[in-house]
Amino acid sequence: MTSARSNGGRRRAVITGYGAITPLGVGAETLIERWSDGESGIADGVARCDAFEPGEFMSRKDARRSDRFTQLAIGAAAEALDAAGFQEELPYEPGRVACVIGTGIGGLGSLEEQEGVLRERGPKAVSPLSVPLMMGNAASAAVAMRHGIHGHTYGLVSACAAGAHAIGSAVRMIETGDADAAVTGGAEAALTGIAIAAFAAMGATSESGVSRPFDARRDGFVMGEGAGVLVLEDAEAAERRGATVLGEVLGYAATSDAHHLTAPEPSGADAARAIALALEDAGLGPGDIDYVNAHGTSTPLNDRSETEALKSALGDEAYRIPVSSTKSVIGHLLGAAGAVEAIATVEALRRRTVPPTVGWEERDEGLDLDYVPETDRELAPRSNGNGSRRSVAISNSFGFGGHNAVLCLEGR
Amino acid sequence: MTTEQVTTDRVEQVIFDGLAEVGAERDAINRDASFEDLDVDSLDLVEIAQIIEDEFGVELEGDAVADLTNVGQVIDLVVARSQS
Repeated sequence: MTSARSNGGRRRAVITGYGAITPLGVGAETLIERWSDGESGIADGVARCDAFEPGEFMSRKDARRSDRFTQLAIGAAAEALDAAGFQEELPYEPGRVACVIGTGIGGLGSLEEQEGVLRERGPKAVSPLSVPLMMGNAASAAVAMRHGIHGHTYGLVSACAAGAHAIGSAVRMIETGDADAAVTGGAEAALTGIAIAAFAAMGATSESGVSRPFDARRDGFVMGEGAGVLVLEDAEAAERRGATVLGEVLGYAATSDAHHLTAPEPSGADAARAIALALEDAGLGPGDIDYVNAHGTSTPLNDRSETEALKSALGDEAYRIPVSSTKSVIGHLLGAAGAVEAIATVEALRRRTVPPTVGWEERDEGLDLDYVPETDRELAPRSNGNGSRRSVAISNSFGFGGHNAVLCLEGR
Repeated sequence: MTTEQVTTDRVEQVIFDGLAEVGAERDAINRDASFEDLDVDSLDLVEIAQIIEDEFGVELEGDAVADLTNVGQVIDLVVARSQS
């Protein structure tokens, strides 16, 4: 399908592959199938990727040179590049392929481990691998090295919006002609002593250990780990090589609250502006949207301000559009969340299904949208007026610091 | 630092184990193997040097190992340093 774009004939970024390693298991299909079935990857108040075996994706040497967040990215990238047909050989000149992978924190587990070595055994015992293990661009570097990617390559850091910002940045590279293809997404493995204690200290995480976004009883997010990686290509180039197109990033926008270090601005004004700008970027309006994949962290503040932002940006249509949160079953993957949730969104659109906000039962005052309680349901794409039907969603990501990144996605 | 007698066999064993630890193929490790063949780079050599210092108290600074290209040369250097 050729989309009519608001800005004329710019290049478009289609999605030709993705991979996900999440607390629900290894693989994007596992993620969407288990989520749609209402299964949860949360146990004992955290969401770990217990099914992930690094040895299935890399040598022992590569594994010990990679922090867990990089290992997860390598695994997700392997699935994504395989799906896109990039695994054997890049179908583009390597200098025209970009690699941008976001993270909230980077190799925190490695940093904590080496901090222990420094305290116990002194500076001369600190591992020479410490810096490459913990640096925030380690996942991008490892994926680029593994697959011979020679274009724009860097990490991207914007807390819990990093995955969406990375995808948006990759889309812009393709649109502007800086790259013909991009490997992009997010990775996080911050289930470490410091991070768990620190998020708890600021009151961000759930004391009950339950993730129930938008429910009146919500009391914070459940920390998770994982990675999501997508392959994006210039639409025309993908068509020329006969690639299977899974979806398209129709629009992207990012704004900043400039309000508070951690709390979202209560009215959600800048989050709403990001949603509206992403729709404008896609050349679409609220009436074209079939589904909202919410940031929906299960924190009291986010879920309220996000609801306000959706109402503000989508008007009356906000009450029609089903809104659900992937975090209800995998917790909050921080810098990987935006990428994993974009993948879940596209896969849901492709399957014409709306996965539920698992655990949602009690309505909170003012949180009066359709949060898709209990079970998944059929997604009915809106007619665009000329008889063809597209299935389109927005995926929200908001990060500490007031960073808002919104993707408008189509599944095919 | 250990007080036990530093023998060539003991140094060889520690270095072979260290190389395996940093990811070299155990079957490919021998005195004549080059670091290039073992896919051992400068970061690995720093880890090997840390292991050697822990085991034998022999400090191998960067300059000392920069020109070494195979496993036997490191073994000989450590044995010589530990006896001097």
